[in-house]
Amino acid sequence: MTQQEALFEFLLRLGDTTLILGHRVSEWCGHGPVLEEDIALANTALDLIGQTQLWLGLAAEVEGKGRTADDLAYHRDAWDFRNLLIAERPNGDFGHTIMRQFLYDAWSSLILFRLSGSTDPGIAAIAQKAGKEVTYHLERSADLCIRLGDGTEESHRRMQDALDALWPYTGEMFLGDDADAVLVETGIAPDPDDLRADWDATVSRLESEGTLTLPDSSFAQTGGKTGRHSEHLGYILAEMQWLQRAYPGATW
Amino acid sequence: MSTTLPSVQDVWDWLDAIPDPEIPAISLVDLGIIRDVAWADHTLQVTVTPTYSGCPATAVIALEIDRALRARGVEKLRLVNQLTPPWTTDWLSASGRTKLEAYGIAPPSPAGGPDRCPRCGATELTRISQFGSTPCKAQWRCDACLEPFDYFKCI
Repeated sequence: MTQQEALFEFLLRLGDTTLILGHRVSEWCGHGPVLEEDIALANTALDLIGQTQLWLGLAAEVEGKGRTADDLAYHRDAWDFRNLLIAERPNGDFGHTIMRQFLYDAWSSLILFRLSGSTDPGIAAIAQKAGKEVTYHLERSADLCIRLGDGTEESHRRMQDALDALWPYTGEMFLGDDADAVLVETGIAPDPDDLRADWDATVSRLESEGTLTLPDSSFAQTGGKTGRHSEHLGYILAEMQWLQRAYPGATW
Repeated sequence: MSTTLPSVQDVWDWLDAIPDPEIPAISLVDLGIIRDVAWADHTLQVTVTPTYSGCPATAVIALEIDRALRARGVEKLRLVNQLTPPWTTDWLSASGRTKLEAYGIAPPSPAGGPDRCPRCGATELTRISQFGSTPCKAQWRCDACLEPFDYFKCI
């Protein structure tokens, strides 16, 4: 695998994850439990879509085939997507959505911090920008997970259910492959496994402050990074890509 | 066709007259997103940085700059989008901060929350939500006058 191929793959993984998660979170728009949370969810989704434009824009540039961020977002099929599986998990209840956000934010803030010092100036620039936004997201998602975990009997149960259900989708964040190895070699990206200890430390707050129990299992669902997805991604794309598939190139 | 190019200072003044599309009380220059103005041969180059990567106003801002400068007779214009260093609320101008507060939006504070209520000046404040009506704002409430208000997030 050449460095260019590895870089394209890596940028798709980042951009597809923010795209699919951003779309998922945007599904809450108009459905939030209270107005403030509705607005917060929509703003979080907006940040993620903004980051997507940057990551996929750079991916298209690296690929060098004249495609744009929009082409990558709207004219690829499920097997071309490289997002982490956790991003495509259905929203479930509000607690489930916030737990997914927290588990992702905890990882995202770490990888963006490391990428801020990437030897690739384009990646470092995006990471510095996105890092500020994700730090803010993490503050909110951590706060809510702790408050709902250490809340009422019902909120505690719902947060524990969410944690148990999402846990198998967290391991994928830390599994590297050939593409990662090529980028680690050149100082472009960190070894995914190196982020694990710090992520564990952040997530342990669920236990120490949120009174939840972290599942005692290291089983990891995998496939997202190589294009093998759950059935949910197809439904997301069907909705997200419908207009561009029906009317290719449509603008307003 | 005019042969003398407007000075960089004139261009800054013109940009300072363009209101932010979402917070029209302050200008694009007040907001700190105009990073550079320079002539390269006969092309005017304006460097802009986004506030938030997903801020929907970004496209409108580019359009407003283009329209305002062309109306002033600038014929060759290039907008450069610059990500680093990333925008920070430290770049809000002093006059921008004053205008924000007069408009009813508490200016950003490194303490992580507003210093005082922009309406009555009281300092007993409660955060309602970390996010607000635009990506750059959060919602707070004054415990003295009970009015909710926007706070410009400090990033």
